[in-house]
Amino acid sequence: MNARCEYLLRLGDDALILGQQLGLWTGHGPVLEEDIALTNIGLDQIGQARAWLTLAGRFEGKGRDEDQLAYFRSPAEFRNAQLCERPNGHFGDTIARQFLFDAYATELHAGLCQSEDSDIAAIARKSAKESAYHFRHSRAWMIRLGDGTEESHHRIQQSLNEILPYAGDLFHTDAVAASAASEGWGIDPSSLRDPWNSHVEEMLKESGLMRPESTSERTGGRIGQHGEQLSQLLEEMQVLPRTYPKAEW
Amino acid sequence: MEMDLLHRFEAYIASDKKIEPKDWMPDAYRKTLIRQISQHAHSEIVGMLPEGSWISRAPSLKRKAILMAKVQDEAGHGLYLYSACETLGVQRDDTIEDLHSGKAKYSSIFNYPTLNWADIGAIGWLVDGAAIMNQVPLCKCSYGPYARAMVRVCKEESFHQRQGFQIMMTMAGGTEEQKEMAQDALNRWWWPSLMMFGPPDDDSPNSAQSMAWNIKRFTNDELRQKFVDLTVPQAELLGLTVPDPNLRWNEETGHYEIGEIDWSEFKRVISGDGPCNKERIETRRKAWDDGAWVREAAVAHSQKRADRRASTDTAAA
Ligand SMILES: [Fe+2]
Ligand SMILES: [Fe+2]
Repeated sequence: MNARCEYLLRLGDDALILGQQLGLWTGHGPVLEEDIALTNIGLDQIGQARAWLTLAGRFEGKGRDEDQLAYFRSPAEFRNAQLCERPNGHFGDTIARQFLFDAYATELHAGLCQSEDSDIAAIARKSAKESAYHFRHSRAWMIRLGDGTEESHHRIQQSLNEILPYAGDLFHTDAVAASAASEGWGIDPSSLRDPWNSHVEEMLKESGLMRPESTSERTGGRIGQHGEQLSQLLEEMQVLPRTYPKAEW
Repeated sequence: MEMDLLHRFEAYIASDKKIEPKDWMPDAYRKTLIRQISQHAHSEIVGMLPEGSWISRAPSLKRKAILMAKVQDEAGHGLYLYSACETLGVQRDDTIEDLHSGKAKYSSIFNYPTLNWADIGAIGWLVDGAAIMNQVPLCKCSYGPYARAMVRVCKEESFHQRQGFQIMMTMAGGTEEQKEMAQDALNRWWWPSLMMFGPPDDDSPNSAQSMAWNIKRFTNDELRQKFVDLTVPQAELLGLTVPDPNLRWNEETGHYEIGEIDWSEFKRVISGDGPCNKERIETRRKAWDDGAWVREAAVAHSQKRADRRASTDTAAA
């Protein structure tokens, strides 16, 4: 598989898996305004996923479109960061996952706006606006929950402790990442770790939360290694097209 | 004094002027509106659940995006309506409390289950279609905030109806299995959709008063007839069979005639004994209870921030 297709699958799968998970909040949010916000963010993620996957399919050159890529790949073929497939849990768990991702995505999309591939740059420009809004939203909630009550502080600290080790995949570097950078159509995500880290530090300062003691990072998503959660998630997501492969929807 | 106010109110109604929150209004008018608008708001919110459960299983990414946008719109409708209700002096949280305790009602249509993907089509086509019939006249209702909320809502409802009909078109024109799903969905949603217009006119005690107040502009049976006349040809276009053996076109009246509606089912579902009443309320209550700590944190944080700001202000002074 060529590097650009592989790279785009990583972008697309992150967005797709997050969008799928955020969609589960629809109708179940803690307050109506958040129901709307989480669905809205999920909707943006699905929109980004469609754009990245369509482009990935084009570079793959086998005539697969967004839906064939979303619905007819098995878990081991998915390239999303393990962070994205971590379960929704409670509202704080979802927010912590989203915050770590948004802090990365704002930097990523800003960087990709400079891509020499005009399609990538165009998708990045649209995504950059969205991820900036997502980041404001999740950051505001990290602070609200960290600062709010004793209970919320405790809960969101717990969420952060549990999710932080999964951020590792976001900065995964390999031959694909290297050619993205050297050929000028993408960026090596390992270069995003420092700016990401400052976003996290600023949030910690404002929310009164602590950086959890460092544990080893969980990685492997970019090479198709995933947890149990992803196969369950995909089973549900893919059920109709796989049950009725001849149908159009 | 009271008489003057009443005369003024009645003169407003008679000349089709809008009543605004600060205007004097009879107690019964206020109570009727609070009941109707809060029920309407609850219907939007509970109505998110039967469709929302298919977001994760939408069969294409485009359909997933459309469905998310649609269900999100319904949440927005709930928000406008709760706000309209607050202009009458009741707090959103209290109205929600009444929903969870079973004191407040919501549209009984949402107590039916969604069993296959065509149900998402049928809901948009029939349920949103019926909602449009009910809501378009409400854009002219005498209470200003309700009328204005309805104008915003109606703009979005036609998109909901269209996306539903599109799903039905695709399903009805698809594989054998898809056709079966489409017919099955129509079979299950047809009669409950007709019930959305409420009991027949001779059994609708509050209607006359609501008509006199210009809250209601058409009777239940009139709206139901409009809906039937519009929808039956659409079902024919889809190649589906309306599940009513007595349905027939009346050349003389220029209207369709329908069979007997099972009003005992309507009463059963409205009074809490429908297929999904318990699950729907349980789900809403769980979301509310699970979110309590989040709402409390938001309040505490904004309080703390205000306090901190106040203390820096004093320090500066
Ligand atoms: Fe609605
Ligand atoms: Fe609707």
